[in-house]
Amino acid sequence: MAVRTEELLLNVGPQHPSTHGVFRLVVKLDGEIITDAQPVIGYLHRGTEKLAEDLTYTQIIPYTDRMDYLSAMTNNYVLCHAVETMMGIEVPERAEYLRVIVMELNRIASHLLWFGTYLLDLGAMSPFLYAMEEREKILDLFNELCGARITFNYMRVGGVKWDAPDGWIDKVRDFIPYMREQLDGYHKLVTGNEIFLRRLKGVGKYDAQTAIAYGLSGVNLRCTGVRRDVRKDEPYSIYDRFEFDVPVATEGDCYARYLLRMEEIRQSLRILEQAVAQFPKEGAVMAKVPRVIRPPAGETYVRIEAPRGELGCYIHSKGKDKPYRLKFRRPSFHNLQILPKLLIGENMANLVAILGGIDIVLGEVDC
Amino acid sequence: MAHWLSQPLSWTTAAVFLASAVAMLLVVLLFVTYAIYFERKVIGWIQLRRGPNRVGPYGLLQSVADVLKLLVKEDVIPDRADRTLFILAPVIAFVPAFAVLAVLPFTETLHFADLGVGLLYYVAVSGITTLGILLGGWASNNKYALLGGMRSVAQMISYEIPLVISVIGVVLLAGSLNLKEIVAAQSGGFWNWFFLKQILGFAVFVVAALAELNRTPFDLPEAESELVAGYHVEYSGFRFAFFMLAEYVYVFAMSALATVLFLGGWHPPIESLGFVPGLVWFALKFAFCVFFLFWLRATMPRVRVDQLMTFAWKVLLPLALLNLFLTALVKELVA
Repeated sequence: MAVRTEELLLNVGPQHPSTHGVFRLVVKLDGEIITDAQPVIGYLHRGTEKLAEDLTYTQIIPYTDRMDYLSAMTNNYVLCHAVETMMGIEVPERAEYLRVIVMELNRIASHLLWFGTYLLDLGAMSPFLYAMEEREKILDLFNELCGARITFNYMRVGGVKWDAPDGWIDKVRDFIPYMREQLDGYHKLVTGNEIFLRRLKGVGKYDAQTAIAYGLSGVNLRCTGVRRDVRKDEPYSIYDRFEFDVPVATEGDCYARYLLRMEEIRQSLRILEQAVAQFPKEGAVMAKVPRVIRPPAGETYVRIEAPRGELGCYIHSKGKDKPYRLKFRRPSFHNLQILPKLLIGENMANLVAILGGIDIVLGEVDC
Repeated sequence: MAHWLSQPLSWTTAAVFLASAVAMLLVVLLFVTYAIYFERKVIGWIQLRRGPNRVGPYGLLQSVADVLKLLVKEDVIPDRADRTLFILAPVIAFVPAFAVLAVLPFTETLHFADLGVGLLYYVAVSGITTLGILLGGWASNNKYALLGGMRSVAQMISYEIPLVISVIGVVLLAGSLNLKEIVAAQSGGFWNWFFLKQILGFAVFVVAALAELNRTPFDLPEAESELVAGYHVEYSGFRFAFFMLAEYVYVFAMSALATVLFLGGWHPPIESLGFVPGLVWFALKFAFCVFFLFWLRATMPRVRVDQLMTFAWKVLLPLALLNLFLTALVKELVA
C-alpha cells in the first residue's frame, strides 16, 4: 500500500506565545517545511486614523501612545513634529533636549525588550529577565518624568508637558555606564553561543534590492548594507548636533539584525551621553502656542527614525482644529510584508527566529 | 539489601521487598517534589528572581500545592481524541521511569536488583517511554501535539544510539554490565573514576543524556515558543502530572546513572575521606548532576530540530565510536 501524505494546515496564533500579540499566521507544512504562509492581521485594529478625524491635535497624542506601545515617545514625537512643521513653531532648546533624551531612552528600552523576547523565542529564558531588569530602570526614569511607564502622553505641540524633576538628568547620566556594562554582559552570555549562532546565521536572508522593494526600513533595511537612518539623512529635532554612527551589516540575516540592534543600543547611549552633557541648565519646555491648535490648510508629511524603522505622519489640514485626514506610516506594518516570502521553504523551527527577527509590534501593525 | 536479595523467596523477604519498594517510591516522589522546587529556586536565583516563596516557609510547599491542584482538576479528554490510547499514553510513559530505578545501586549494600545486565536493562526499559510520548502526541489528535510527539521520537531514538555506545567504553573498562561492578572498578580515588579515563565518552554521554531527558538545550518536544507545549498540549490534570512525573523521575535516574557510570558512585574522591558514608558521597555527586541540568536550562537557547539530527548522527555518533575504538585499543595495549 502506498503511503499517502498530506499537507498540514497549522494556525499559528492568534494566541501563540511567539507571535507577541494577536497575530495569526496560517502556515502549510510539509513535514516540518513550510510550503505556504499567510499572515492574518487586524485583530488589534482600533481605527486610530479615523478616530483622529474627530479629535483635536492634543487629544490625538494619547492615541499615538498605543500604536507602538514599546516606543510611545517616538510616536508622540512624530505627531507633534508634523503639527509643528505645519504651524512653523519653534520648540525651546530645553524641550528639544528632553525629547531627544526620552526618545533615545525609549529606543534602548524597546531594543532591550526585543532582545529579551527574541531569546525567549529561541528557548533561552534568562536573558529575558536580565533585559527586563534594565528596561525597568528606564521605565522608572520615565515614571519619574511623566508619571507613566508605557503610555507616556509626554509631548505636546510646541514642547513637552513636564520639565525634568531635580536630579533626573543625573540619574540618566548614571544609567549610561551601567547600561554599557550590562550590554557587555549580554554579549558574553549570548553572542558567542554556538547554538545561538547556528540558529541565526544565514536564516531569513534577503538582499538590499528585495528589502527596498518591500519598503523595509530601520534595522531590517540596514542589515542588507543600505546605510539609511532618518536621524542622519534628514536630521530632525537636534540630531544634527550629536555624533553617532549608523551601524550597517551586509549579511541580511537574522544574526546581522541581532548585532545591529545591540549596536544601536550602544549608539543611543552615545547620543544620550552627549545630550546629557549639553543639556541646558534652564529655559522653558513649552513654546508659545495658541490655545487652540489650528494648522494652516495644506498637507504635510514628516518622518523620523523609530526603533522599528521609518515612522511617518501625514496630516491633511483644512485649517480646522481637527485633522481632515491623518495617516501614520507604521514601520512594523511595512516590515511585516516580507514575512511570507521569507518563510516559504523554511523549517518550522525557523519561523519564530524569522518572525522575531523582523521585530513587529502588533499595536503598530494594526493601528 | 544485598543480604535479603540472596535469601530464598519467602513471606518475610517478600514483605521486606514490598516495604522497601514503597520506601523507594516515597523517596523518588519526595525527590520529584523538591527537584521541581529546587529547579525553580535555582533558575530564580540565576534570573535575579526569588523563585517560589509564598506557599509554606520559603515556598517549600509550592510543589505540593501544584500537585494537589493537578489532582483536583477536571479530567479533560478531547472529543476527537483516541480515548484508549489517550488514557494509556501517560501510563506507558511513566511506568518505565520507575522500572529503571530497580537496577540503580546507591551504595554497596543499598540496591534493589543486582542484575548482571543492569546497564542493558536501563537502556532497554527507558526506551519504552518514547512510545508513551508518541502515543500521547498521536492520540491527542492535535497538530501541535503530533509535531511535538514526532520530534520527540526522532530525537530520542537518534540520541539513544550515541548514549549506548558512549557507555560501552565504561563497560569495556569495568569488564561488566553490572552497575555494582562498574562502581567497584572505580574505587581508590577520583583519578580512577571513569569520567577521566573516558573523558570523550563522558562528554558524549552528557550531551546524549540531555537529549534523552528532553531538557534544555534539547527540549524541542515541548518547545514552548514554537509548539506551545508539544506532545502534552491536550493533557491536563493528573494525566499531565504523570508526564511531568516521568520526566523528573528520569532526571533522577539519569543523574544516578551518570554518578554510577562516570563519577565513582559511592566512592569518596580520596581514600582518606572514607569515613564519610558512601550514601553521602552518592547524594553529593547526584545533586551536582541535577544542579548541572538546571543550570543549563537557565543558560542555553534551544537547538533547532534539523541541526539536532545532524548533530546526533554526524558528530555524536562518530565521536562515540571513536571513543569506543580508542578504549578498546588502549585496553588491548595496556593489558
